[in-house]
Amino acid sequence: MRRLPKAKLGFTVWAVLVFAFLYLPILVMAIFAFNKPAATSLASFHGSNVCSIPPEQVGNITVWNGFTTCWFPAGIHDPTYIPAIITSLQIAAEASVISTVLGLAAALALARMRPRLRAPFDALVYLTLVVPEIVIAVASLIFFVQLRNHFGAFPDLGKATILIGQVVFNASLAMLIIRARFVGMGDVLEEAAYDLGSGPLATFRQVTFPRLLPGIVAAALLSFTFSFDDYVLPAFTNGTTNTWPIVLYSAVRFGLTPAVNALATIMLGVTVLAVTVTAVILRRSRAQVGAGRERTRGLAITVGGLR
Amino acid sequence: MTVVEQQAATAPAVAASSRKRSFKPRYPGWLTAPSLVYYAIFFLGPMAILVAFSLATQQGFGSLSYGFNTSQYGQIGNSLYVNIFIRTLVMASVGSLLTIAVGYPLAYWMARYLSTYKLLALLLIVVPFWTSFLIRTYALKIILDPNGYLARDLGINILYTKYAVALGLVYNYLPLFILPVFASLERMDWTLIEAATDLGARPLTAFREITLRLTLPGVVTGALLVFIPMTGEYIIPNILSGGNYEFVGNAIGDQFNSAQNQPFGSALSIALMLALSVFVAVYIFFATKEERFGA
Repeated sequence: MRRLPKAKLGFTVWAVLVFAFLYLPILVMAIFAFNKPAATSLASFHGSNVCSIPPEQVGNITVWNGFTTCWFPAGIHDPTYIPAIITSLQIAAEASVISTVLGLAAALALARMRPRLRAPFDALVYLTLVVPEIVIAVASLIFFVQLRNHFGAFPDLGKATILIGQVVFNASLAMLIIRARFVGMGDVLEEAAYDLGSGPLATFRQVTFPRLLPGIVAAALLSFTFSFDDYVLPAFTNGTTNTWPIVLYSAVRFGLTPAVNALATIMLGVTVLAVTVTAVILRRSRAQVGAGRERTRGLAITVGGLR
Repeated sequence: MTVVEQQAATAPAVAASSRKRSFKPRYPGWLTAPSLVYYAIFFLGPMAILVAFSLATQQGFGSLSYGFNTSQYGQIGNSLYVNIFIRTLVMASVGSLLTIAVGYPLAYWMARYLSTYKLLALLLIVVPFWTSFLIRTYALKIILDPNGYLARDLGINILYTKYAVALGLVYNYLPLFILPVFASLERMDWTLIEAATDLGARPLTAFREITLRLTLPGVVTGALLVFIPMTGEYIIPNILSGGNYEFVGNAIGDQFNSAQNQPFGSALSIALMLALSVFVAVYIFFATKEERFGA
């Protein structure tokens, strides 16, 4: 027993190191959003706004050169980034709504279906999550091109095809999250509602849906985030449409300015806010459901959906 | 009034038959139809055409004739592609093992020593995972940059090497491993450890004989949960190896981007899925085992 505090100390030190490992890169990226261009580059630059320096002349920006906030307006006013972000937001909103509706409908029916009937559907759902995204991306690309060639009504590669592809795995994810919540809820209150003379629709509206709501919101928010952050599928099915991850990716690969850090930092802030809101909602729903095991599993499923 | 009476009358009956209830609220099966149709068209459709493409023959640039031509699969036997497959599997294994080494002690610490801050720690694990994969990989790239502090002042210049790729894998997938392992550690009955140490077992022995054994299914599930997506990884090798250290996913992407050999890219995709299916089968085996143990 004497050894225990020492062991605890060791584990705590390890934990601190791991958290540092997880957060340090993100922190550094955010700090460097406030970084000036290299001093040698600035010496030959005569504009009033140091952030309007051409990207190829920005110099070494992975070491600290001084503080400036001008990358934030520079990023926000950039002609490529903002339209791409708006496109991504639009696709993510649509993907989130469609996926949540599909997932909710399926989750309701599946949760209480006989296992033998449920199994094929489950297999399909897990398949959509296990197949590597790059495979889904190239398969969707050739599929969409073929559809376009044979059916004039099918849209060209672009926003619509990105959306269609993303709904596949987001619907699976939404279904799993909502079903975990639904199963955890039990059916006692619904039974009570039926006993008290409430019809199926009224029961759904007044009993089931309000209690499911936290799960539904979580599924919608997560679908939104995953769609918004998704790079691989849009990279192959975008046609000429630019999404935020696509412009970010090319910026990351082919030289960039701290304006990208500034925008990434804003995005990060928004995501953290959304995650915190989701966590609070989930926590409240946990208190209602009161199923201890379902909680961590729900979380694992929630996170496990991402490839 | 009548409702109350009715309830009073049925209450004992419900109580008596609480083990086997006649009533079970069910939702109609057709609610699955929209998703089923959607999956059938936009998931199974692409998969089917992928198979068809992998067996087709390329005729000039961008023109195909369907058939049953297995030569694309034969081409995967080329040492170049065999090497890429081996490299991918080795890197995913190394990444998974490193993730276990880093993540297990953390999950253990959370389950064993935390109480008030357990949920906060859990949130701190989850938050990076929900933030953009691309942004996190980019953040890592900034730190590893050859002109950055790490390379300049500490001499750790690993960007564009396999070490950077391994680091990126662990960095991005750590949360995904920690959560299931934490869940299985949470279910552990710690009084067993107390009993063992009271009976004279050394802490390490107690850990090996009890904790490790009871959480092993969780560890295997968690490891496969990260191994499977690592094998299909595309972004990390692309950004952190700068194209020097391709995974199968990148080789597939190349066939559709620059090389324009879609039948071969399709065959590579099918081969990747076949390789993965072995590990998925193992995963399902352990996941059901873990479930049974947990219940």
